[in-house]
Amino acid sequence: MFRLPLGDYFDYLVHWLQDHGETVFDGIKDSGMWVIEHLEDILLFLPWWLLVIIFIALGYFLSGKKLAILSGLGLCLIYSLDLWEETIETLSLVFTATFLALIIGIPLGIWIAKNNTAEKIIQPILDFMQTMPAFVYLIPAVMFFGLGKMPGAIATIIFAMPPVVRLTNLGIRQVPEDVIEAAVSFGSTSDQMLIKVQLPLAMPTILTGINQTIMLSLSMVVISAMIGARGLGEVVLNGVTQMQIGKGFEGGIAVVIFAIILDRLTQSIGKSKTRKRKA
Amino acid sequence: MPKVEVKNLYKIYGSKPLKALDMVKNGISKDELLGKTGNGIGINNANFVIEEGEIFVIMGLSGSGKSTIIRCLNRLIEPTAGEIIIDGENLCTCNKDKLLEIRRKKITMVFQHFALLPHRTVAENAAFGLEIQNMSKEQRKEKAYEALAMVGLKGYEESYPSELSGGMQQRVGLARALATDADILLMDEAFSALDPLIRKEMQDELMELQASMKKTIVFITHDLDEALKIGDRIAIMKEGVVVQVGTPEDILDNPADEYVSTFTKDVNRTKVLSAAAVMKKPDYVVTRKDGIHMAVRKMKDASISSIFVISKEKMLLGLVTIDSAIEAIKKGETELTSLLIQDFDRTSPDTSLEELLPIAIRTKYPIAVVDEQNKLLGIIVRVTVLAGIAGEEIENV
Ligand SMILES: Nc1ncnc2c1ncn2[C@@H]1O[C@H](COP(=O)(O)OP(=O)(O)OP(=O)(O)O)[C@@H](O)[C@H]1O
Ligand SMILES: [Mg+2]
Repeated sequence: MFRLPLGDYFDYLVHWLQDHGETVFDGIKDSGMWVIEHLEDILLFLPWWLLVIIFIALGYFLSGKKLAILSGLGLCLIYSLDLWEETIETLSLVFTATFLALIIGIPLGIWIAKNNTAEKIIQPILDFMQTMPAFVYLIPAVMFFGLGKMPGAIATIIFAMPPVVRLTNLGIRQVPEDVIEAAVSFGSTSDQMLIKVQLPLAMPTILTGINQTIMLSLSMVVISAMIGARGLGEVVLNGVTQMQIGKGFEGGIAVVIFAIILDRLTQSIGKSKTRKRKA
Repeated sequence: MPKVEVKNLYKIYGSKPLKALDMVKNGISKDELLGKTGNGIGINNANFVIEEGEIFVIMGLSGSGKSTIIRCLNRLIEPTAGEIIIDGENLCTCNKDKLLEIRRKKITMVFQHFALLPHRTVAENAAFGLEIQNMSKEQRKEKAYEALAMVGLKGYEESYPSELSGGMQQRVGLARALATDADILLMDEAFSALDPLIRKEMQDELMELQASMKKTIVFITHDLDEALKIGDRIAIMKEGVVVQVGTPEDILDNPADEYVSTFTKDVNRTKVLSAAAVMKKPDYVVTRKDGIHMAVRKMKDASISSIFVISKEKMLLGLVTIDSAIEAIKKGETELTSLLIQDFDRTSPDTSLEELLPIAIRTKYPIAVVDEQNKLLGIIVRVTVLAGIAGEEIENV
């Protein structure tokens, strides 16, 4: 029977990229690492309680007392588990990956919202990124960037970026036709349309996308740890592989706490925006 | 020069519209074309002019192409062929910058479902058009406040649209359009989403505003009563074709075809028709120097029991009845002046039939239609009123 040697092609592509793209990958790696490491340094340089206070303040101003208390208690719990350094490592990686995912994802979403052909091409790629098991691109990522945080960040970006692209696209496409018509009829250029009409009206949807991207980034911490990204993921991973179930549980709880805090914080950004127009 | 001139305008929807255009020009029907090529006809050879300062209403059933045609006037929809001349310039051939300029300064639009920006205050919404033109913040705020005051929204400037009722939201839409000082106002079913009372209020207000603004307004509706009320002229569309353009009375009295008359047959004619539309020409009148004998002869000829007396300049002097005239002849009088009576009804030519009806029923004399200088323009008798309501040709009465 004929067998399509798809795997061989992929193999070939990866090796070709490895041979010819070295400088590019090194460049990406160096700049990525620079951001991650500096962020880490800064966050670790701050005394832990200051960071806790910052999160409490964020919670208070974005949402209210409840979220402030939740943030404070959660972070204190993490500290008391003696997982502070790991948490900061994870946080730096997640922030960097999310930041890059948004920097690429939002413009991409805007582009495919305005261009139907681009949408048709990008949509299946996004499906691919979301459903292809992470391990499949983890290995090539290691081959390109070596072990460590960078391939972890790349894998995280690949997995976490699609929601913000999709929801940016959706948000912009959902802007009512007559509002678009109104803006055109008053003589808007397409830039004015984007900035004054489409993005503001799409903002709640885009914020949901950002929230999803952060959540998915967090869900990648264990997988990233497998290729040496350390942090909380490593705590969990060690717990599992070395049968230290209790230790693994602690790492898991720390991830969950962070996920909840970041989720509530980003959601309340969206709400405080919409509250203004309803009130 | 007309404000807007539409010449041989076509809009074909779907792919390869130019190929379909030839078929349309050769007279293919809308359904046939849809079956054959999948193209839809939006506008089929529209020709009309819109004069400066008039309210031009476009009417027609759903899908007849009203929205398409109004959107061609600011090129929200690109016409397939034809010309739209605005103030002497062809809109269809002007470049992008010119088009932006026209949209910013000359033409503005009000939408059926308001199309406001929910994240902006009422004042920021009203200032939208000015903001697009990069006007400074203070200046546009001032103009927005002015426009809002004009439409009766003083005090709501800092509210959000979601806090306002539908009627008030549409006032914001109107203020947004007025703020740019454009002289052409496009209104696509602007009042259709409002409930009847609010709708009537908005119609009245639009007409009041129009009396002082003198904009050129293109107003779409599928409500004939609304069209007749606010329209100076009405265009009726059917399947993309403009089948008739005329004044409200034209449309009622001389419907171009079956389609138009199905529109108009339910209308309450007494509200629309004016005295001018139903009055008879004053064929049988006498001048003062004609004398009594002439008056009696004319009344007998026309078999009428009274006759109006006018001066040389056609000023209405009074009415003479046949009884008093015959009486006077018996007494040997010849002068008309002493016989003149004044207790008949006078009316202006734009009085509606609705108001004339009770007068016509009560009075025993004809009603005189006079202008402001008291010049006799026409005569209305009971039959002419009834005929007008029934929609009969006045001449046959
Ligand atoms: N974008 C489009 N693509 C294809 N056909 C269209 C499009 N827009 C309108 N049409 C068709 O063109 C015709 C005229 O539509 P249009 O919206 O101008 O009608 P209308 O008179 O405004 O109707 P309504 O009273 O329902 O608003 C209809 O047959 C409609 O199906
Ligand atoms: Mg319409």
